Amino acid sequence: MNNMTTTAQHPDIKKILADRGLDGSGKDIWTKRLGEITEDEVKWALSRKPGYYVLDRLLMLISPAAENFIEQMAQIAHQLTLQRFGKTVRLYAPLYVSNFCVNGCIYCGFSTNHRFSRIRLTIDQALAEAEIIAKEGFKDLLLVSSEDKKFISVDYLVELASKLRPKFSSLSVEIYQMSADEYAKLFAAGIEGVTLYQETYDRETYRKYHPAGPKADYDYRLSAADSMGQGGMREIGIGALLGLDDWRLETLALAEHAHYLMKRYWKSRVSFSFPRLRPAKDVDSARFNLLSDKNLVQMILALRLCFADAGMTISTREPAGLRDQLVKLGITRMSAGSKTNPGGYSVEKDSVGQFDIDDSRSPAQIAAMLKSQGLEPVWKDWDSAFTET
Amino acid sequence: MDKLIIAGKQFTSRLLIGTGKFSSSKAMAQAIEAAGAEIVTVALRRVDITNKDDDMLSAIDREKYLLLPNTSGARTADEAIRLSHLARAATGINWVKLEVTPDPYYLLPDPIETLKAAEILVKEGFIVLPYINADPILSRKLQDVGTATVMPLASPIGSNQGLKTRSAIEIIIEQANVPVVVDAGLGLPSHAAEAMEMGAGAVLVNTAIATAVEPSKMAEAFKLAVIAGRTAYLSGAAAESKKANASSPLTGFLYNE
Repeated sequence: MNNMTTTAQHPDIKKILADRGLDGSGKDIWTKRLGEITEDEVKWALSRKPGYYVLDRLLMLISPAAENFIEQMAQIAHQLTLQRFGKTVRLYAPLYVSNFCVNGCIYCGFSTNHRFSRIRLTIDQALAEAEIIAKEGFKDLLLVSSEDKKFISVDYLVELASKLRPKFSSLSVEIYQMSADEYAKLFAAGIEGVTLYQETYDRETYRKYHPAGPKADYDYRLSAADSMGQGGMREIGIGALLGLDDWRLETLALAEHAHYLMKRYWKSRVSFSFPRLRPAKDVDSARFNLLSDKNLVQMILALRLCFADAGMTISTREPAGLRDQLVKLGITRMSAGSKTNPGGYSVEKDSVGQFDIDDSRSPAQIAAMLKSQGLEPVWKDWDSAFTET
Repeated sequence: MDKLIIAGKQFTSRLLIGTGKFSSSKAMAQAIEAAGAEIVTVALRRVDITNKDDDMLSAIDREKYLLLPNTSGARTADEAIRLSHLARAATGINWVKLEVTPDPYYLLPDPIETLKAAEILVKEGFIVLPYINADPILSRKLQDVGTATVMPLASPIGSNQGLKTRSAIEIIIEQANVPVVVDAGLGLPSHAAEAMEMGAGAVLVNTAIATAVEPSKMAEAFKLAVIAGRTAYLSGAAAESKKANASSPLTGFLYNE
């Protein structure tokens, strides 16, 4: 356990969001302010030294007025990303280990309310899947699971990690929320990163979309990233599920969250993901407020202009044509050849997935696409020796 | 002949190259060649050190260049030591560029952990080149435990800001018993020339070359700048003494017979 610096003088993220009205309580005021931002203000924001976070500047960059300045933002974001990350993009693959779930999230294919034949992988089955992923060249593996605590336990993950480590240089997880102690156990087993989305920072919207299960508790969910920092995780991945609430307000809350984490857990690297709601089994896409490509790009650029060194991840949820462009606009890490159903690589190819992927190109094709753009596909950017104990 | 000597080994080139951020291993290899470098540093986290066919490693000709593994990414002395052991076991190389950077954003080096790791690694027979903040006392302490160089930063790594730590580096150079290699933050050839004019033993450059539109051309520019700066340093630059020797003395009349 390290990185613990909790003191009374430093308010926690719950209080920060409440004070700023970014948990939904100030929705009308923020929306009004966003609408009033002028082009002159956007120009002012663009004239500031890029790469540093100030809430007011981010506000201008995500405003409707800034939609006329996307190209200028892109030029600056590209230069910043080039300087900080070089001509490289990291590649990773997800490995889904279970689709059993106790939560009833309205938007998710794994929701407990959906009836389908569920699957969870034994350690041996997971290793068989990992074998295929490793053969494609991946060194960076993301273990994903729904909230299936009974089977996908800390012990399961620790055992799986110890068996995966000879083949992979970097292991991370995107699973149900854990305590700081549990994260510390995963870290000791060689898992150095955790991604967990708040989904939405708006309390009311959160309540609406998460009616049942442990995940229904907004405040507990909000404390997850703190637990990761306290557990010593190297990478803390955060994000909002785009399509639930107003992306502009989500971006402000997300940035406040990142800024807070960077100050408090200064040894951990915070990264952003940009999951946009995708069609999934039994999910009615008509009820969502899907985000346009233009606004997704605006969000990525605005965050890059405020966080020069944050990792930025885009998954295969997004279409190929868009992903090919995003690698020049701030994105530093992407998945490739992904299967979002447990067993999807070999064990149970037709099991039910979390969402439908859009970019189904092979890892080799993604690598070739990057090279054709003058970018080096980076398979390995970590070493298991760092976390060996 | 003017040679750079590190741990008894002679080098003609005073430009060390880092290998991150290039668009391909080929672009990297071409830049190293154009830089005329003899020492090339590689992040252990980026390569599979046990694999001879590793894309980046196989692009670096070990006959031509001294491969200098670095511990980039290590947050503690323990992690840096573990990585060094791994590299030595896999390659037989006992040189290590020691980097301990607990802050993932500015990647500033931790002086306490760096000193701790350096002391242990030197005792274990490593040739240690530590990356440090421009701190003269830390430089002396590292030399006391036996490091082969000290590598103070010019400004935060990758920032291309140039010699922001100039006055501290001047003191380090003045007091040094080992070559001072100015590392990190040199964004332009003129920055490198400035460091060499001050009497730095060498400089290490990565981002400024790797992220240039034409890395090889920029590598050559750095090579020339380092040579220019070093030559100026050796030539006993006129600079400061000239002010005291006005060409038309004001008090010459006192000495006229």
